[in-house]
Amino acid sequence: MRIKNEMRLDFPAAGKNESFARLVISAFILPLNPTLEELSDVKTAVSEAVTNAIVHGYEGGEGTVRLHATLFEDDLLRVDVIDAGRGIENIEMARTPFFTTCADDERSGMGFTVMESFMDAVQVTSKVGRGTTVRLEKRLRACEEQAARRA
Amino acid sequence: MESFPEHCGEGNDSMLSYEKHRDRLTVRLAGELDHERVGPIRAELDALIADPRVKHLVFDLTGVSFMDSSGIGLVIGRYKALARRGGRVSVAGATPRVDKIFSMAGLYSIIEKLA
Repeated sequence: MRIKNEMRLDFPAAGKNESFARLVISAFILPLNPTLEELSDVKTAVSEAVTNAIVHGYEGGEGTVRLHATLFEDDLLRVDVIDAGRGIENIEMARTPFFTTCADDERSGMGFTVMESFMDAVQVTSKVGRGTTVRLEKRLRACEEQAARRA
Repeated sequence: MESFPEHCGEGNDSMLSYEKHRDRLTVRLAGELDHERVGPIRAELDALIADPRVKHLVFDLTGVSFMDSSGIGLVIGRYKALARRGGRVSVAGATPRVDKIFSMAGLYSIIEKLA
């Protein structure tokens, strides 16, 4: 599949960059005229993945988070959120609704559930001690609808 | 009725203001509710609900422009605190977006949604 556009951004694992990452991914997909709902879905999912990288991957410590977004010819958006943090021991458990390793910190344990609800596909690859990659995919239907109207 | 608008600290564009009326505390949140911004809000809220007279906490979310699962944790945490002393939590002014996230988390089975 041919690539329409692509971007990579590395930023420090700091809480203030949660909103920065949302702004960047919005700017990346805005030229496609996504619906407000699609835009919110993508922003929310990216926010969850970036927060996970900061809070769980690096446990609030130093590190770099990479946001790698690719837009394919068929308007499939792929966003990889990559950290080189502690990794996830049990991915299946991490994805279970309400599961959290941070009971004291009041994380709701709903991060992956939110990502799964708002994106078409969520893939998690992780190695303990090496890091985690969360791959989020969504086909932006608004583009198809616009193309259909033009035809 | 007392009303003391308060801010959440410098450089934070999320804002919290509140109003107390008898045993009811209404907290208005504004801006983007993510993990970064929920922290200071939680601290301020906990100081407010430390007052044992507060039995009913109402979150007015009319001004919330973005919320992720951090908002779920914020509400569930305060619900637990209030429930321990026989209190309750309600949510008002949830946008369709916020509503979708709360519904997904099954929050409306423990907290009341006000029109």
